[in-house]
Amino acid sequence: MGRYVARRLLLTIPVLLGASILIFAMVFALPGDPIRALGGDRPLSPAVVEVLKERFHLNDPLWIQYWEYLKGLLRGDLGTDFRGRPVLDTIERTLPVTVRLTIVAVLFETIIGIIAGVLAGIRRNSYFDNLVLVSTTIIVSIPILVLAFIAQLLFGLKLGWFPIAGTRDGWFSYVLPGLVLASGSLAYVARLTRTSIAENMRADYVRTARAKGLPRSRVIIRHTLRNSLIPVVTFIGADIGALLGGAIVTETVFNLPGIGREVFDSISSQEGAVVVGIVTLMVFFFIFFNLVVDILYAILDPRIRYD
Amino acid sequence: MTQSQIDPTPKPATTGATLLEVDDLHVEFRQRSGVVNAVNGVSYTLAEGETLAILGESGSGKSVSAQAIMGILDVPPAVVRGSIRFEGRDMLTMSEEDQRQIRGPGISMIFQDALSSLNPVYSVGWQIGEMFRVHQGASRKEAKAKAIELMDRVRIPAAAKRVNDYPHQFSGGMRQRVMIAMAIALDPRILIADEPTTALDVTVQAQVMDLLKDLQRETGMGLILITHDLGVVNEVADSVAVMYAGRIVERGTVDDVFTDAGHPYTEGLMNSVPQVEAKGGRLQPIVGQPPNLAAIPSGCPFHPRCARRRLGAEAAPGRDCATDLPPLRLVAPGREAACHYSEEVLGV
Amino acid sequence: MTDQQQMDLRKDEVEAGTTTGLASPSVDPLSSRQNSLWSDAWGALKRNPLFWIGSVLTALLVVVALFPQLFVRGADPRACDLANSKALPSAQHWFGYDQQGCDYMANVVYGARNSLIIGIFAVVVVLLLGVVVGAIAGYFGGFVDGIMSRIADIFYALPLILGALVLLRVGPTTDIPILNTRGPGAVALALALFGWMTAMRLVRSQVIAVKSSDYVAAARAMGASNSRILIRHILPNAVAPVLVYTTITIGVLIAAEATLTYLGVGLQRPAISWGLQIAAGQDLIRTAPHLVLFPSIVLTLTVMAFILMGDALRDALDPRQRA
Repeated sequence: MGRYVARRLLLTIPVLLGASILIFAMVFALPGDPIRALGGDRPLSPAVVEVLKERFHLNDPLWIQYWEYLKGLLRGDLGTDFRGRPVLDTIERTLPVTVRLTIVAVLFETIIGIIAGVLAGIRRNSYFDNLVLVSTTIIVSIPILVLAFIAQLLFGLKLGWFPIAGTRDGWFSYVLPGLVLASGSLAYVARLTRTSIAENMRADYVRTARAKGLPRSRVIIRHTLRNSLIPVVTFIGADIGALLGGAIVTETVFNLPGIGREVFDSISSQEGAVVVGIVTLMVFFFIFFNLVVDILYAILDPRIRYD
Repeated sequence: MTQSQIDPTPKPATTGATLLEVDDLHVEFRQRSGVVNAVNGVSYTLAEGETLAILGESGSGKSVSAQAIMGILDVPPAVVRGSIRFEGRDMLTMSEEDQRQIRGPGISMIFQDALSSLNPVYSVGWQIGEMFRVHQGASRKEAKAKAIELMDRVRIPAAAKRVNDYPHQFSGGMRQRVMIAMAIALDPRILIADEPTTALDVTVQAQVMDLLKDLQRETGMGLILITHDLGVVNEVADSVAVMYAGRIVERGTVDDVFTDAGHPYTEGLMNSVPQVEAKGGRLQPIVGQPPNLAAIPSGCPFHPRCARRRLGAEAAPGRDCATDLPPLRLVAPGREAACHYSEEVLGV
Repeated sequence: MTDQQQMDLRKDEVEAGTTTGLASPSVDPLSSRQNSLWSDAWGALKRNPLFWIGSVLTALLVVVALFPQLFVRGADPRACDLANSKALPSAQHWFGYDQQGCDYMANVVYGARNSLIIGIFAVVVVLLLGVVVGAIAGYFGGFVDGIMSRIADIFYALPLILGALVLLRVGPTTDIPILNTRGPGAVALALALFGWMTAMRLVRSQVIAVKSSDYVAAARAMGASNSRILIRHILPNAVAPVLVYTTITIGVLIAAEATLTYLGVGLQRPAISWGLQIAAGQDLIRTAPHLVLFPSIVLTLTVMAFILMGDALRDALDPRQRA
C-alpha cells in the first residue's frame, strides 16, 4: 500500500506540471499590457515599466518565464501579482472561504443525498422512489447559474430566510450557496445510492444475511448499506476535489470572496501569477482527492489490493 | 421388478421424530408480465437425522420451495400459501420476529455459490461470529473464539490464522466450508443445502458431502439436499422427491427410485446421465425445454416432453395426459408418483 | 424468482443462440448482436414516457431554432421601444419587455439558435477528439496510451468552465481562426477543448475490452488490417455508451455556454443569447424578475430535454437495468 501511494504521488507530478504549463501558456500568451494598465490614468514612466517588466520576466520567452516560475514554486514561492502582493497571501485570504463553502456543500450532498437514495432504493418503485427520480432529473437539468438565481429569489428575497450575498453572517452565509453548489452532486449521490442499494438488496449475500436470522435493520444497515455505500463514499471523496475548483459561478453570484471568484477576477484583470497559482492549487486538490479515493477504496473493499 | 423387492418401510432406521411438515405449499411471483407459479402444492416431511434429496432441473421450484421454508422470499415479493410446520408450529402464520428466531438455531441454509453468498467486505470470522453475537448476545471476543472452533470443526486448516481473512482469499471448497460453519453455528435442527457442491471440483465435492454427512451424524440434524446431481443423491440421501414445474412428481427411498423410476420424468433423468453399469449404451436426453412457469401446460405439466404420454382416444377415461392433472398417489408401498400410467412406467 | 433462476434461464437462451450461430457460420456475430441490442433498446424506449417528453422537447427546440419567426407572435426581437422598458408579461406580450423595451418572448425564442448551434458543434468536436484519441490510445496501448491518457488526465484536472474561461479571455487577442471571433464557434471550440476527455476514456475502455475478445482475435487471424478491425469490429461496440454520453453532454454544454456568456467571455452583444439575457436581468431581479425567469426556464427545459433522452437511452441500452 505504501509503495502504491508513493508511485501514485510520483505520477501526479507530470499531471501537475502539464496542467500548470497549459494554464501558464494560455495566461501569459495574453498580449495586452498589464503593466501599463496598472498606472491607470497617470501613465508610468518608461523606466518604471522597464523595471517591472524585468522583475516579472515579461521580456523573456515563455519557457524561461515558466522556468523562473517553477524555480520559485519549488522554494514555496508562488510569486507576486503586479501590485507586489504575494500570491500566497491572496490564496491564504481566499481559500478559507472556498473551504467553508465546500464543507457545507459536501454536508448537504452527503446527508440529503444518501438519505434520499437509501429510502428510494429500499422501496423501489414506491411513491417516494419516483419522487426522488423525478426531482433528481429536474435538479441536474437546472444550470447552477439558474439555480443560484432561483435560490436567491425564493429563499433570499421572497422568504428572507437566508442571506444572499457576502460572508457577513458567518457559516449561515454559506447555507444557500452551499446548497446551490451541492445540488448536482446531491442528485447524483441520491441516484447512485438508490441504484446501489436496489442492486445489493438482491445480492446473494443479503439473502444469506436473512437466512442467518438477522433482524431486518441489521440486514439493511450492516449488510446492504455497508456494501452499497462504497461507490457513494468514493464519489463524494472525488467530488470534494472537484468542488474546491468548481465554485467560480457560485462564488461570483453569491459574492463570496473565495478562490473561484479570485481566479475569475484575476483572469479579467490579467493577473497571470494569481491565475496560475490558484489553478495549480485547484489541480492539486483534484488529483489529491482522487488519490485519497483510491486509498479509501482499498480500505472499504478488501477485495481491492494495490500491490 | 417383483413385489417382494420393494422395501415396505420407506424411512431408514436412523430417523427419529418429525421436524418439518410441509403441506400443500404454493409460491407465486406476481410480475408485470403475469403470475409465475414457481411452486404448486408441494408436501413432504423431514425427520431427525433424515436426508431428503429434492431433485429437479433449474426452474422446477426446488430452490424456491426451500427459500419459502426459510421465509426469505421477499425480494422480489412472493405469495406463499399452504403450511410449513417446524416442530409443530406453523411458520407461515407466526410473526416475522418468531420466524426470524427460527432461522439459524432452528433451520439454516447454505447456498450454491459461496463466493457471492458471503459478504465480500467482512472477514469470514466476523460473518461466522455474527451468528453468536446476534442470536446469543456473545461478545466480539467470544464470537471470534467460537468462529475459530467452528472453522476447525469444518476442517479448515490453520483456522486461527485464517479467521481474519476475507471470503475472496479462500478456495471454492474452503469457502463452502465457511458457509457450512456459519450454517451449523447454532446447531440447527434442519440444514437446507441448496446445490452445495455444484460450483466445486469433483474431488472437492466429495469432501464437502462427506463433511455434511459427518456433521449430520454428530448432531442428528435433518438435511434437505437440493440438487440436480443424481450421483450426490445416490450417495448421501435416504429419500428423494423429484420436482417438475413446481410439483413433486415422484417420491420414495433413494434405492427404490433409482432402481426403478415410477414417473417418466425420473426415468428420463436416469437415462440422461452416464452410468458406470450402462457403459457403452446411448444417453437419451429429455427432449424439449423446461416449462415456462408463467404458462404451465394443462393436464400433466410434463406431457409435452413425455415419450409415454397418452392423449385423446389412446388415454384411459379421465386420464388424458393433456387435460387431466395426475395427482401424486401411492403407486407401490412407500412409493408415490404423479403419473396416470405409473404402473406401466414401473413395469409392475 | 431468484437471481440464480433468472441466470439459468438466460444461460439457456444464450446456449440456444449459439446453436443457431454455429449452424450458419457466415453470420457476423457482431452485427446480429448489435441488431438485437438496438431493437431491444427501441422496445424499451418506446415505453418510456421520459424519453418521449425529452424527444418532443428537443424536436420543438430544433424547430424553434430553425424557424424562430413562427413562435414570436409577429414581434421582432430588435424592434424596441424604450417606452415599454421592463414592462411585465401581458396577454399581448407573454414574456413582457426587457430594459430596452424589446419584446422579451421574441428575444428568448431567438436565443435558442445560438444555444443549439454551440451545443451541437461543441459535441461534434468532443466526439471527433474523443473517438480519435480514445481509439488510438486503446488500440495501440503501451507508450502511446500512456502519453494520451496523461494528456487527458491533465485536461481532466482543469474544471471545464475555468479552462474555457481562460481560453475565451485570451482567444480574441490571438490570431487563431475561429477562436478569435468571439462568436458561437469560439465558444463551442473552447468548450470542446476542455470537454473531450470523458468521451476519450469511454472509447478507450470500450476498445480495450473488445480488442481482447475472441471475435477480434479471429478477425486478426484471418488477416484483417488494423484499421479495418478498428472500424468494423471495435468502434460499433463503443457506439452505445458514446451515444448516451453525447446526448447528455449536449445539454451540459448548452448550460456551460450560458454560464460562460453570463460571465462575460462567451457571446457578446448584439448576439441574442440566454446567458446575456440572464446577465442583463440579474441587476433588475428585484424590479423585473421575469427578465431572469424566462430565459432561465427555457434554458433549463432545453438542458432537461437532452438529459431526459440520455437517461432513457442509458436505461434502454443497459441490459442489466432491463432485467
